[in-house]
Amino acid sequence: MNEILTHPSRIKVPYTWSAGEALSRFFKALRDEQKILGSRCLKCRKVYVPPKKTCGTCFVECSEWLEVGPSGTLVSFSQASYPSPAHRVLKPLFGLIRLEGSDTSFLHMLGETNLQSLKIGVKVLPVFAEKRTGSILDIAYFKVVS
Amino acid sequence: MEPVAIIGVGQTAFSPNRKDQTYADLVYEATAAALSDARLSIANIDNIVTASNDFFDGRTISSMAIGDACGAAFGGGKSISTVEGDGTFAAFYGLSRILSGNYDTTLVVAHSKSSEGDLRLLTNAFFDPLTERLLGLDWVSAAALQARVFLREKNIGNIECGNVIVKNRANGAKNPKAHLRKPLSIDEALRSPLLASPLKETDVCPSSDGAAAIILASKSFAQKKSERPIWVRGVGVCADAPLGERNLAESKALRLAAHQAYQMAGIDNPTAQIDLVELSEQFSYQELLWLEELNYRNLSRVNLSGGCLSAHAWIVSGLVRMIEASLQLRGQASNQISNAKRAVAHGQYGLCGQSHSVWVLEN
Ligand SMILES: [Zn+2]
Repeated sequence: MNEILTHPSRIKVPYTWSAGEALSRFFKALRDEQKILGSRCLKCRKVYVPPKKTCGTCFVECSEWLEVGPSGTLVSFSQASYPSPAHRVLKPLFGLIRLEGSDTSFLHMLGETNLQSLKIGVKVLPVFAEKRTGSILDIAYFKVVS
Repeated sequence: MEPVAIIGVGQTAFSPNRKDQTYADLVYEATAAALSDARLSIANIDNIVTASNDFFDGRTISSMAIGDACGAAFGGGKSISTVEGDGTFAAFYGLSRILSGNYDTTLVVAHSKSSEGDLRLLTNAFFDPLTERLLGLDWVSAAALQARVFLREKNIGNIECGNVIVKNRANGAKNPKAHLRKPLSIDEALRSPLLASPLKETDVCPSSDGAAAIILASKSFAQKKSERPIWVRGVGVCADAPLGERNLAESKALRLAAHQAYQMAGIDNPTAQIDLVELSEQFSYQELLWLEELNYRNLSRVNLSGGCLSAHAWIVSGLVRMIEASLQLRGQASNQISNAKRAVAHGQYGLCGQSHSVWVLEN
C-alpha cells in the first residue's frame, strides 16, 4: 500500500549552438593559429577573453580585436576531489587565469602540476591540443611556468 | 514605496530525499500551510508567482506541472507567472504586481527536489555551453575559486569559516524544518575532508528537497484581514556580471541591492538598526562575504534558523529566509530572540552569487 514508485528517465536532446561571430573568430584563432583573441569595448576599453560582442557594462559593441597572452597569471584555482560525470579527468584542477593584455579572468583547466605546487599569482602558459576542432578544448590546459 | 505585507508563510520540512512526494505535492503542502497561516482560502488569492528551474525539474515550463498544486486553476483560472531563479526574485515580482494596484494578494511559491536529478550535471549546465561547460565545473568547484580569492584577500582562515558552520548547525539543530539537525563541533568542521580545495565537505550547504510559500498583500488588505502583518519596508535586487568578469572577493551586486533596500527603509547603521539577518549562504565563507557587503557585524544575529548550511533547497532557500525572518518578527521562530522589530532577509542565485535580493522587514 505505502510503496512509492519512482520513474528513472533522462532528457537527451542534441543541440547545435551557433558560436556567433565573436566566438567563431576566437575558436578559429585557437584552431588555426594557436592564438588567444580578446575583444575590446570601444567605450571603457575593457578587454574581454573569451571575446564578447557587447560590453555588459557599457551596452556598446566590443569591435576592436587583439591577441592576448599566451602567458597569464593565476587568479584562483581549485581541485575537485569528488567524481562528476562532467569532469574530463579524475580530480580535475581548475584555474581562473588573467591572460596578459586582458581585463577578465579566463576559466580553464590546469595540467602538468598538482594542487600543492599551485599559488595565486604564478605564471601559466596554454598547452594546445594536438587535434584542434575549433572549441574551448583546443587549449588542453594551462601549465605553470617556472 | 507603499508598504506591502507578508500575511502568510508556509514551508515543508527539508530533507535529502522526499521520495514520498512529487514536487507538485510539496508545492501543495507549502501553499496550504501559507493559506492556513494567513487564515485565508485559495479564493482570496488574486494571482500567483512561482519560482522553479526547468533543468532541476527535468521538464519545460515546470510551473505548469504545479498549477493545480498552487491553485492556478481555481475558480476558472488565475494569473500565474514563473520566475526562473531564487524565490525572493519571484517575491519581488509578486510585490511589483501588488504595487501595480491590480491585485490585493499574491501567492509566491518556490520548489525544488535535488534528489531527483544530478546536481553535478545540473549546475555544470549553469556555465556557458561554448566557453565553459566542457571544462567540467559545477557550483562547488566554481565557489572554491571564489573562496580562495576572498579568504586570501580578507586574510580569513579556517577557524572563522568553521565558526560560521558551528553557529549555523547549532541553530539548525533547534529548527524542526531543517535538513541537518545535528550540531557540529569546531573539530569536526576543521577535520572535514576536502571537497574542492579550499572548501571542505562541511563548508558546503546540503541539497534538500522542499518547497516554501508566502502570501503578499496590499496595505489595505493586510490592515483589514491580517492579525500580524510583516511589512516590507525596503527591497533591492541586483545582478552582477559572469564570474570571470568580477572581483570574486567582493559582491557589487549585493552591495547595491543592500544600498537600495537600506535607503528605502531609512537604515544608515545596519548593525545597530537591524535585529537579525537571514542570509543565503551556500558555503560558510559566503556568510562572511555577504555580511561584509550588507555591512552587518553582529554575527550571532545571523541565520538564527540555521541558514542554508542547515537546509538548502535550490530556488526555495531565499523564500525560507523571508519566512524565518517573518517568524522572528512575529515572535514564533524556533530559535526566537526577544524584541525582534526589524530583520533583513537575503536571497541569491547563480554561480558564486551572481544575483542578489535584500529585504528589510518590520513587524
Ligand atoms: Zn565597456
